[in-house]
Amino acid sequence: MPVYSARVLVSLRPSVLDPAGEATRAAAARLGVTGVSTLRIGKAVEVELEAPDAAAARAQLELLSDRLLANPVIENWTLELKGDTAAGA
Amino acid sequence: MSLGVVVFPGSNCDRDVQWAAQGCLGIETRFLWHEERDLSGLDAVVIPGGFSYGDYLRCGAIARFAPVLQEVKAFAERGGRVLGICNGFQVLTEMGLLPGALTRNQKLHFLCEPAELEVQPGRCAWLQGYSSGQRLSFPIAHGEGRYQADPELLEQLQQNGQVVLRYTRNPNGSVGDVAGLSNPQGNVLGLMPHPERACDPATGGVDGRALLASLLG
Repeated sequence: MPVYSARVLVSLRPSVLDPAGEATRAAAARLGVTGVSTLRIGKAVEVELEAPDAAAARAQLELLSDRLLANPVIENWTLELKGDTAAGA
Repeated sequence: MSLGVVVFPGSNCDRDVQWAAQGCLGIETRFLWHEERDLSGLDAVVIPGGFSYGDYLRCGAIARFAPVLQEVKAFAERGGRVLGICNGFQVLTEMGLLPGALTRNQKLHFLCEPAELEVQPGRCAWLQGYSSGQRLSFPIAHGEGRYQADPELLEQLQQNGQVVLRYTRNPNGSVGDVAGLSNPQGNVLGLMPHPERACDPATGGVDGRALLASLLG
């Protein structure tokens, strides 16, 4: 079965305060990097998944992203599906 | 009266709840390991504080799939009384038994201090031992206790009388000063403060006793 690689990016919804991002933004200024107006911290989740085809892989990854990797109450997610990396493996 | 206390790998307030319920109030208490599926004979279940499964991914996100919680969800939906304290509150929101989410404290610090709360018991079965507007002191101990809900949801919760516990001096940036929420039926309560640490006079106060004593009717 082909193996698909994907990256799921999980970010806080724009309306949700990101205290860790704000603290990091303040640290950027202490480093001398001024002018950072926005800095928000999310997660990047690397996934490899066996599936019969790309459509099935996408369906499974969307379920995973929506029901486990992100909490839709506070987070958004985007899925980058890179295609099968080891076809027939 | 028999109380079940869920124990996950990483729970750390399970014994505090047992001491408060059984040691201080004489309520028979049984631990429920996270793989347990048998809730028979229990009148109420507590999901205690701690760091369930290390709180990886998000607080409560992994715990939601624990076998015991499938049973607790069905128990709550049958009208069984469920109390989630601190990490237990986070778990209840991840499970969908209570709406909204708990996020990183506004000022990032882990807060470990007494918090003054105002109670509006409404229909919440757990809070019937308190009067409306009563002020209580419960300890808080959390890094991710900032309650988050969009303005429409918050408005709806307030109108339904589900915001049963509010901070009088908001320590963590929770919207609407929310410290604890009830479901509409009143059998499920989630709160960030620790009532079980306010039951033994030796540890600085007994304001939490009436909450657990509500089980005694």
